[in-house]
Amino acid sequence: MQMQNFKNPVVNWIDHRLPVFSFMHHELNEYPTPKNLSYLWNLGSLAGFALVMMIATGIILAMHYTPHVDHAFASVERIMRDVNHGWLIRYIHMNGASFFFIVVYIHIFRGLYYGSYKAPRELLWILGVMILLLMMATAFMGYVLPWGQMSFWGATVITNLFSAIPFIGESIVVWLWGGFSVDNPTLSRFFALHYLMPFMIVGVVLLHIIALHRFGSNNPLGIDVSGKQDTIPFHPYYTSKDLFGLVVFLTIFASAVFFYPNFLGHPDNYIPANPLQTPAHIVPEWYFLPFYAILRAIPDKLGGVLFMFGAIAVLFVLPWLDKSPVRSGRFRPIFKVFFWLLFADCILLGYLGAKPAEGIYVVLSRLATAWYFFHFLLVLPVLSLIERTRPLPQSISAPIIGGMAMAGAAAKREKPDA
Amino acid sequence: MRKLNTLSLGLSLWLGMIMATGSALAAGAGGKITEHDWSFSGPFGYFDQASLQRGFQVYREVCSGCHGLEFISFRNFAELGYNEDEIKAIAAEYEVVDGPNDEGEMFERAAIPADRYPSPFPNENAARAANGGAYPPDLSLIVKARPNGANYIYSLLTSYTDAPSEMDVPEGMHYNEAYAGQMIAMAAPLYGEDVDYADGSDTSIEAHAADVVSFLAWASEPEMEKRKRTGLAVLIFLSVMCVVSYKAKQYIWSDVKKA
Repeated sequence: MQMQNFKNPVVNWIDHRLPVFSFMHHELNEYPTPKNLSYLWNLGSLAGFALVMMIATGIILAMHYTPHVDHAFASVERIMRDVNHGWLIRYIHMNGASFFFIVVYIHIFRGLYYGSYKAPRELLWILGVMILLLMMATAFMGYVLPWGQMSFWGATVITNLFSAIPFIGESIVVWLWGGFSVDNPTLSRFFALHYLMPFMIVGVVLLHIIALHRFGSNNPLGIDVSGKQDTIPFHPYYTSKDLFGLVVFLTIFASAVFFYPNFLGHPDNYIPANPLQTPAHIVPEWYFLPFYAILRAIPDKLGGVLFMFGAIAVLFVLPWLDKSPVRSGRFRPIFKVFFWLLFADCILLGYLGAKPAEGIYVVLSRLATAWYFFHFLLVLPVLSLIERTRPLPQSISAPIIGGMAMAGAAAKREKPDA
Repeated sequence: MRKLNTLSLGLSLWLGMIMATGSALAAGAGGKITEHDWSFSGPFGYFDQASLQRGFQVYREVCSGCHGLEFISFRNFAELGYNEDEIKAIAAEYEVVDGPNDEGEMFERAAIPADRYPSPFPNENAARAANGGAYPPDLSLIVKARPNGANYIYSLLTSYTDAPSEMDVPEGMHYNEAYAGQMIAMAAPLYGEDVDYADGSDTSIEAHAADVVSFLAWASEPEMEKRKRTGLAVLIFLSVMCVVSYKAKQYIWSDVKKA
């Protein structure tokens, strides 16, 4: 890393001994970024913002929350009614979880479409999937803390999944619970872990950023940066673009927090947990619904758990399933179709996860689950062998194939397939 | 063209998420719900204080015999428009258990504004024993704890009818079209003219139900007015910032040559 010469002598003195200012200048200021990133590339910094927002509101909530089965529900209501602006802080945290997932899911589908997982960004992608897993664990435990009906029964259903593990499953569940049912020990440890895991996420996010900055962002063309003419410094170009994206995000987020704060939640969670009364339908939070649908689609308990975790596991090996050298879906006519089918499939799984497991819903869940794995395990490997991709542009700066292409460039490129 | 592609990709991702979510939450309760026009719904919603006070009167004289209001303190009634003396007077009508005193004894005293609204039963078992095994739920969160809460409770309170002749209503149960399964343990609480309103307003069963639902909606979300008013200010600020930050971004990017 090149040392900078700063005007301020104090900054210079510190930087000479502890080069944090050079580091920040290098990674946040002059950091060369492809100049053709679309607004879909805003979602990464937005996810980072959401994480910080969740940690900030979460720490304040923890100051007022009581992790005990007899007091948890009432302490949340105290936050809502008596703590100054407690309702605002809790609604930000509660809806923030949902919006964090919305942002991250768009971020992931962007990566899927533009092949951001391909060499040399495999580890960047894998770190991202690890973040997703940690987020899911954190969100699940956070949902248990208010100790409402869905908190309790959601925790019961999900922890019980581990009992499907042969031989040691039952012991593992007892160990997770700290007893023979979801009870006070479960709540206290979930609280402790819910406080711990966001900081683990911060750690993996830092690794994610280090891996990102090694080769820089992918871009909508999916081709490598060929020189200085293809990039612009991160600041002020992408700082200003990210700021605009952040304000748009906040506008949508504020609409939810202030006007529909409970739209994404479940009314049953305003009923205190009652171990003797099972709710009519136990549904997880919306962001787990696709996985919940996969879990229930498999008639065997262990099989369901394996497929559910397999749905994430398959993402870890994605860089080696899709071997096509072309990254961006823009130049892969068949892949593009399958991408949208996969997207529709995930939405369908989410819909089915919210429906009772009966009749046509079960059949559809099985088909949608099969399609999900079919896409990753068969379609992608086969496509990377047989697909005829469209010709790639020479560089980001060179005129690009498409509606706006200049005549000269259009003449240079090969004839598209009929 | 390319811009449009990106935009449509982003938008459809977004809409897809929202649709999946919406349908996830559409699962309803199964009874017949009538929609009512509430002053507190919508982004400009507000609580009608006169209605809240009447609703409190209905709660006090009808509901509170069986249903508690555990998260509400007397001091909260300031939000219904009562002044300090009125609140003290309301609180003083109730006895609460306090202690232990210097002799180590628990004792009863008149409630003060800082006390919680006393629940009718000391615990759930006592409540069940007094109600034929059924538990009258606490009402402080009831509007939030039911799908389409305000309309649902309004419908529940106004949908007691005679059961169809072919239907057998078991002892201790009552027929209600709004309730999932139509068999509810709670007897019809309102018939119309149950309560004498001091302001001489309508005492039909619908008016009683609307008033008490308004009161319960307030009890569930006492922050609602403040939340929505803050929200409007926040949205106006953010809309301006959207324009400002977009213009700033455009200005900064004006020297980047489009590919």
